[in-house]
Amino acid sequence: MAAVADTSGPVATWRQKVTRPMAVGAILVAWLVLFAVLRGRQTLTLAAADLTSLHRWLNDVNDTVGAGRDSNPLFLYFFNEIRLAIDHLVTFVQSLISQPTAGRPVPQIGWLGVVGIAGYLSWAVGNWRVALLAVAGFTFFGLQGLWQESMDTLALTLSAVLVALLIGIPLGVWAGLSDRCNKIMTPFLDFMQTMPTFVYLAPLTLVFLIGGASAVITTVIYAAPPAIRITAHAIRSVPATTVEAADSLGTTRRQQLLKVLLPLSQRTVVMGVNQTIMAALAMVTIAALIDAPGLGKTVVQALQSLDVGTAFNAGLAIVVMAIVLDRVTTAAAGRADTARRTGGALVRWRRPLLAAGGIGTAFLVYVSHTYVYAAEFPGDGTAGTHIASWADTATTWLQDHLSGLTNAARDVITYGLLNPFQTLLTDSPWWLVGLTLVALGAVLGGRRAAVTAAVCVGLLVGTGLWSDGMTTLASTAVATVLVMLLGAVFGVWMGRSALVDRLVRPTLDAAQVMPPFVYLVPFLALFGATRFTAIVAAVVYAAPVAIKIIADGVRNVPESTVEATTSVGCTTWQIITKVQLPVARGALTLATNQGLIYVLSMVVVGGLVGAGALGYDVVAGFSQGQLYGKGLAAGLAIVLLGVMFDRITQAAARRTRA
Amino acid sequence: MARHWRAGAAGLTVLGLALTGCVGAKVGDTAAGAKNADGSCGTFNLAVNPWVGYQADAAVVAYVAQHDLGCKVTKKNLKEEIAWQGFGTGEVDAVLENWGHDDLKKKYITDQKTAVSAGQTGNKGVIGWWVPPWLAKAHPDITDWRNLNKYAANFRTSESGGKGQLLDGDPSYVTNDAALVTNLKLNYKVVYAGSETALIQAYRNAEKNKQWLIGYFYEPQWFMTEVPLVKVDLPAYTPGCDADAAKIACDYPVYGLDKIVSARFARSGSPAYQLVKNFHWTNEDQNLVAKYIAVNKMSDEAAAKKWVDANRDKVEAWLK
Amino acid sequence: MTTAQTEVPHWRRTSQNPEDRTPVISVRRLWKVFGPKAEQVPQSEELCGLSRRELMDRTGCTAAVRDVDFEVSPGEVFVVMGLSGSGKSTLVRCLTRLIEPTSGEVVFEGEDIRGADARRLRELRRRKFSMVFQHFGLLPHRKVVENVAFGLEIRGMGRGERMRRAREVVELVGLAGYENSYPDQLSGGMQQRVGLARALAGDPEVLFFDEPFSALDPLIRRDMQNEVIRLHHEVGKTMVFITHDLSEALKLGDRILIMRDGKMVQCGTGDELVGAPADDYVRDFVQDVPRGDVLTLRWIMRPAQDDDALDGPELGPDVVVREATRAVLAAEKPAKVVENGKLLGIVGDEEILAVVAGQQGGA
Repeated sequence: MAAVADTSGPVATWRQKVTRPMAVGAILVAWLVLFAVLRGRQTLTLAAADLTSLHRWLNDVNDTVGAGRDSNPLFLYFFNEIRLAIDHLVTFVQSLISQPTAGRPVPQIGWLGVVGIAGYLSWAVGNWRVALLAVAGFTFFGLQGLWQESMDTLALTLSAVLVALLIGIPLGVWAGLSDRCNKIMTPFLDFMQTMPTFVYLAPLTLVFLIGGASAVITTVIYAAPPAIRITAHAIRSVPATTVEAADSLGTTRRQQLLKVLLPLSQRTVVMGVNQTIMAALAMVTIAALIDAPGLGKTVVQALQSLDVGTAFNAGLAIVVMAIVLDRVTTAAAGRADTARRTGGALVRWRRPLLAAGGIGTAFLVYVSHTYVYAAEFPGDGTAGTHIASWADTATTWLQDHLSGLTNAARDVITYGLLNPFQTLLTDSPWWLVGLTLVALGAVLGGRRAAVTAAVCVGLLVGTGLWSDGMTTLASTAVATVLVMLLGAVFGVWMGRSALVDRLVRPTLDAAQVMPPFVYLVPFLALFGATRFTAIVAAVVYAAPVAIKIIADGVRNVPESTVEATTSVGCTTWQIITKVQLPVARGALTLATNQGLIYVLSMVVVGGLVGAGALGYDVVAGFSQGQLYGKGLAAGLAIVLLGVMFDRITQAAARRTRA
Repeated sequence: MARHWRAGAAGLTVLGLALTGCVGAKVGDTAAGAKNADGSCGTFNLAVNPWVGYQADAAVVAYVAQHDLGCKVTKKNLKEEIAWQGFGTGEVDAVLENWGHDDLKKKYITDQKTAVSAGQTGNKGVIGWWVPPWLAKAHPDITDWRNLNKYAANFRTSESGGKGQLLDGDPSYVTNDAALVTNLKLNYKVVYAGSETALIQAYRNAEKNKQWLIGYFYEPQWFMTEVPLVKVDLPAYTPGCDADAAKIACDYPVYGLDKIVSARFARSGSPAYQLVKNFHWTNEDQNLVAKYIAVNKMSDEAAAKKWVDANRDKVEAWLK
Repeated sequence: MTTAQTEVPHWRRTSQNPEDRTPVISVRRLWKVFGPKAEQVPQSEELCGLSRRELMDRTGCTAAVRDVDFEVSPGEVFVVMGLSGSGKSTLVRCLTRLIEPTSGEVVFEGEDIRGADARRLRELRRRKFSMVFQHFGLLPHRKVVENVAFGLEIRGMGRGERMRRAREVVELVGLAGYENSYPDQLSGGMQQRVGLARALAGDPEVLFFDEPFSALDPLIRRDMQNEVIRLHHEVGKTMVFITHDLSEALKLGDRILIMRDGKMVQCGTGDELVGAPADDYVRDFVQDVPRGDVLTLRWIMRPAQDDDALDGPELGPDVVVREATRAVLAAEKPAKVVENGKLLGIVGDEEILAVVAGQQGGA
């Protein structure tokens, strides 16, 4: 007890004498000693089928809300109106490109028209290279035999992105202009981004019914926060002098916003649109669980019969769509700057070329509306069949040849790292772990981080899922360590070599947007239904972010610094460890932060492949009425873990920078 | 410059003519899919729960409703909870394969009165503990629960903390396994795989690599046609032996799988309702269609057609 | 040799006698205090007396501008000079209420602008004032001519008219040919010309410059200073100019206000500062100034004595020493300093050499 009081108490006086790593070490030693003494007491375990009164209360709330949906004015006049509006929007877009309407056996615009529009728009907002990419990508959907599914996904994604931006950009502008608004909004945005979708999927269908509206709203909840955050950031980054100069000329607030702030933040806002699209595509498979049409449905259905090939084919289409939309919006963001500079002949020709392109596109749309060959994608998607069977062969080969290796890797990590750590977390008394977390928060992040940690620990106990929370925390921590190892190795490699960067980056993009469901089956075959499988899935999803951040950090180390150390005669290893990584430590902290958040967002997926604990609680809550409240509580616990680590790492980052 | 323009325009015209005039049929010429719009049936909203057996049921019922009754069938892929919720909101007409779910029955049939039962499907749902065939062959006594403790050490995994691992799967279904393990004094730990996919993959690996595995499973299930799992005998089920969830020490009952429809649909007099009510087949029938879909990778439509064509007599009985 | 008198720049003389006109801007007892309960500081006799450091310790407030009074006459170039942190930039922003003053009066053409409501203030900023900023504050997404027209656009002037006016001003600041460039395609000096043009486009009464040339290279800075002198000569606007560079202040300013820690230290013409520094701070400041370039004969002449020969060349009292040097040294007799036919004093080789030699010693 005395040791704990020492570590968590007078941190301020400690700091002068002891370095931060020493303090952390002391806290951990104290924890280990006390664990040995107090093991197995006050661990707050709760069996899988058991509920607390909070969980039952949440069940009742859910039932009451559901029962009132025909009489409650909130439903009658508010939710229903929203649902109708969004439903109309989705149905309209679907009737244009994906679903037969008005007595036609095909949508209004056929494949040729859509490909034409995609190419034309990409060229108009970007450049001819991305236009070519868009045409190739869209044609590829048809060759895969997934034209209609792709268009359904595109229709839903576009509708969701539109709604997200309609809400997100004004809110973002507001948050950019007002500090108070920003402060109030941030926790809500955190909540929207870390709360597992499974938790609100069922209630959403109760409120907005099964169909396009629910799918769009689910997606918007997840995809609007980046739009809001990035817009706010963009508004805040407009140089103060420019704003002051406009002020000194007597602009009104409205003129200020329309003529100065918005135009100057345009480029950053387009990057926000990009992030919103990526987030929306990440929801494609989840939305399929409430009958959203499209590629997600193909993936989910294929997995019922463990059909990896078909799932991979559809997953590949999602990846291609993500890459096309990403590159087009990125090009659009860059265009505003480059276009006006090129000057000369190109600019003079641009207008007539745009007009000619527009006419050509309109013509293609007309043709695809009228003629069968341009309306329905010809062929029977043999490319897709080939891709599927190739993927099947590849996974079978991997399963047959690697399982010895993978089992060994699993056992090393599980017995060597995961099991001891999990035991330490779950078998310590809850207050001991809580104190340790608060103390670590204090040492690494300062007083505010410690307070946040204390509040989160308290609430975590309140959810009744402390023990499950600790099990999840153990897996999350191990996954994050692996993510950071990969991040450091590949990040440094990519940061030092532009060639490696160019080669590896597309793979990272693909790993980030490929729906996890697609690779769960091969992973299950390789590692079994274990916590390690969940960890590997989380690492696949989270490592690309960490790698990219570290690569950028290493690349941004000033050339002159590296040059100076080289001139002193440092070896490559010395340059990396003594210069590039330390100078990029801001990036390392950010990568840890983002890595952790991304790992946490995979907790629920982990629950589907043997991770148990919070992930399983959420999945079970989604599947079983009696467990709904518990699932919601588990979702809250995940949010709490996320908020706690986000605040501690951010505070730590601020202190290392200071 | 003008000459270039003219050449370009000419090229475009040729291309335009090629795209419009020379090639093929206009949309609407063939008017496919219009044959069954006679309107007496209307729209039939069929929930499809996420397992292949159900998908087989839905495929056949939808095929018959569409081709024999002229219904416009809308399939909705939903988890059970959400499908039942749909009875109340009017978005789901029928659930074709319900496994017990007494809680949902109480909520929607007894309390809210938005759903009614539409009788048995004829399928028998068997839930229990199963081992891969190689294991049952190598150790025939393993199918008796009394011998399980003898083999517990063989079932150890990285997840089971020194005990034998009992792998539970899909969280959609209530399991008594934790209570069973305690009450039968088995040296096992329940590990949650978390999804049917994980469970099937585990059995597939176990059979292929001759690994030890015991877990929670059920039939009818298409996977049984790929790997015929062997059921472990638990103490026999007697009515009432599962009354107290904490003290359960007996096997799961055999479920007569049933059909649930929305109250509105039952009153509507739709021919589709009669079809659902009369729909009745065996586990073998379902497994066959499920095999077409899952193993032979046929589309739902094609699988249903194949079965319906071969079993016209059964279908006729449903249509009476 | 009376031509020497005409070598004093003409523009400087337009405002030789500020007393005889009503001031454009009068600033009285102006305070700007940052911090909690800032408004209490100027009211409290006790707090006013504290040094900046003491005030910070006592109240947590920073007084950026403390009790400043001055007047700016029409057509005058009024320079506020001080080191960084002296409050000069805050002061100039208080004049147009880009920063809200804590207390005091800012009277512009008889109106206390502290009493103006938002609409009136906007009107003043649109028609009467304009400002040139250290970091330009241009809009990167607009062409040069559109940047210049921005102020006209927001007051609602039609496109054709404002573009025509903008082109005129662009030409006036010497940017003809760059109308359709974007700001980041221009050098720093040219960007500041755009800033200058934008300020001039609205035809304001007063131009405020906030250290406009500190971010520029020395050579370009000199060009820009000459440009301001030229423009002042052409358009004759009243200017308030903020700088931390004494030579710039002396070169441009009719009168110079020196600030330190938010307070006025001295306000006067360049030769007054050099010739009669108010305290050691100013003396230190002006120590390295080439005195011959600043001081006029008025400051170095001595009363004529009986034995002085009075047939030397005649010079005016406001002739700068450097310009008189040759004439005085070349003459065999000491020069007479005469104003309106009245003999004020005489300047001999000795007096001239004292300044010039002192200047060399100081450099």
